[in-house]
Amino acid sequence: MELKGRAWKLGADVDTDAIIPARYLTTSDPDELAAHCMEDAEPSFPVGFKAGDIFVAGKNFGCGSSREHAPIAIKAAGVSCVIARTFARIFYRNAFNIGLPIFESPEAAEDVRDGDELAVDADTGTIKNLTTGRIYKSAPAPPFMQEIIAAGGLINYVSAKLK
Amino acid sequence: MPMTITEKILAAHAGREQVVPGELINARVDLVLGNDITAPVAIREFDKIGAAVVFDLERVALVPDHFTPNKDIKSAEQSKIMRDFARKHKIVNYFEVGCMGIEHCLLPEQGLVGPGDLVIGADSHTCTYGALGAFSTGMGSTDIAAAMALGEIWLKVPESIKFVFEGELKPWVSGKDLILYIIGQIGVDGALYKAMEFTGSTIENLSIDGRFSMCNMAVEAGAKNGIVPPDEITRSYVEGRCRRPYKFYQSDPDAAYAKIYRYDTSKIEPQVAFPHLPENSRAVSEAGIVEIDQSVIGSCTNGRIEDLRAAAKVLKGKKVHKNVRPIIFPGTQEIYLQALAEGLIETFIRAGAAVSTPTCGPCLGGHMGILADGERCIATTNRNFVGRMGHPGSEVYLSNPAVAAASAILGRIAGPWEVE
Repeated sequence: MELKGRAWKLGADVDTDAIIPARYLTTSDPDELAAHCMEDAEPSFPVGFKAGDIFVAGKNFGCGSSREHAPIAIKAAGVSCVIARTFARIFYRNAFNIGLPIFESPEAAEDVRDGDELAVDADTGTIKNLTTGRIYKSAPAPPFMQEIIAAGGLINYVSAKLK
Repeated sequence: MPMTITEKILAAHAGREQVVPGELINARVDLVLGNDITAPVAIREFDKIGAAVVFDLERVALVPDHFTPNKDIKSAEQSKIMRDFARKHKIVNYFEVGCMGIEHCLLPEQGLVGPGDLVIGADSHTCTYGALGAFSTGMGSTDIAAAMALGEIWLKVPESIKFVFEGELKPWVSGKDLILYIIGQIGVDGALYKAMEFTGSTIENLSIDGRFSMCNMAVEAGAKNGIVPPDEITRSYVEGRCRRPYKFYQSDPDAAYAKIYRYDTSKIEPQVAFPHLPENSRAVSEAGIVEIDQSVIGSCTNGRIEDLRAAAKVLKGKKVHKNVRPIIFPGTQEIYLQALAEGLIETFIRAGAAVSTPTCGPCLGGHMGILADGERCIATTNRNFVGRMGHPGSEVYLSNPAVAAASAILGRIAGPWEVE
């Protein structure tokens, strides 16, 4: 599967309060959450993104709270995947569980500029910068995580296990 | 092969003799936790799984504490989803508003967590219970839904980092200051994916409440869990309180650590973490003049009786600054009653502080103490991210309860020694 879109560049330690402020956690409706995604952290960002848009961030993306509302908001806002130098651990699990593709790539996190067009091969983790022609690698997900993805998320995986 | 305490607890819950860092395991869980923000999402996912019942009626804890007492219609609807689920599934450990508390103060107090346990919760500060020598960690709602159905969860065995504190605490220094100091040294991802093990003579003499504060903030260094080796201080807390049998695990002397940090405790002063990351900590004596509008004392980090006693010691017979709004939140109803019996609540109110029923409200900018643009708050909570306590143009400074109390009196960030 290829994910293709414009890069929105973010800094280091983007926390879950920045991704979706707690004042909006009185709902778990994906569309309502998407309407406020990143609004405090990056007021210049649009409300909602073009389908396919990609977040490219520094280290420790998604640090802070365990709120699954954060990856839900990003996904529902139209973002196709997140590339970061590193991810905070709860966000990492949550993203896999709800089906938001994420890629750890220090090279891409360093090199990609805001507005670059990217194409990500979700199966191999190869990231192409269509603007500059550069290619970056990302660490593949552990085999067990790939099983969860193949099952269509954790819930399907667990359902199958219960049967 | 020698193992750390974290590895031993994980091995025991995976039915294994041995585990090594990096391994993926399926582990049995002793308790699964959700709150009024995260449980509704978990319940939605649980219903999708198609499980008729939760794995164990006594091992699921549901605590409405974030936006409760319900702050508005939407939060009332969220709470209702959790309440209805608890009634339908006959969940034993559901805590209604009159007997609730902030989850990470409440569950240990109620004896629902013990040494050697493996606990997961849909709240990042679930790592608090490491103070009892348990393995506990935060996860998202979908993971919690899976664990509610199966009673087990997949985990990657973390490497451990050992933090050794030797020496005596200076006056007014608490567990909160030690953890703020560590995060200042290693950064907000300094222990990413790792277990933080707190040891040394300082920790051996640290109160259980101080240990809770330290383990609570392990996640602010990116850690999977924080843990303190259980000892007689642990035993005196859990004895007669724990509802299940418990077990003390200890790290082997030759266990492997990714890193070992050593600190001379006698050199550490009370800390304050400046906006907008917990790693921006420095000594209170080096804070300079920072005027404040609000002082919040409480939360899952510092809402326990020892915290309230420290604040009351500073506020006793004093009046707060006319420009400061102090808000004090006992962590649970039991702690509230204890504070009443000791006269602490009267001390707070006479000093000019507002005292609230237990809630996470202000810590996450939910309700009960939201900041306006440009306002500053000193808080005994755990996060000072942009907009954490309200308007994105507001600021949060993190400290221990005595510092927050002294700051309320002087109207600026101050050490308790300045009001003695």
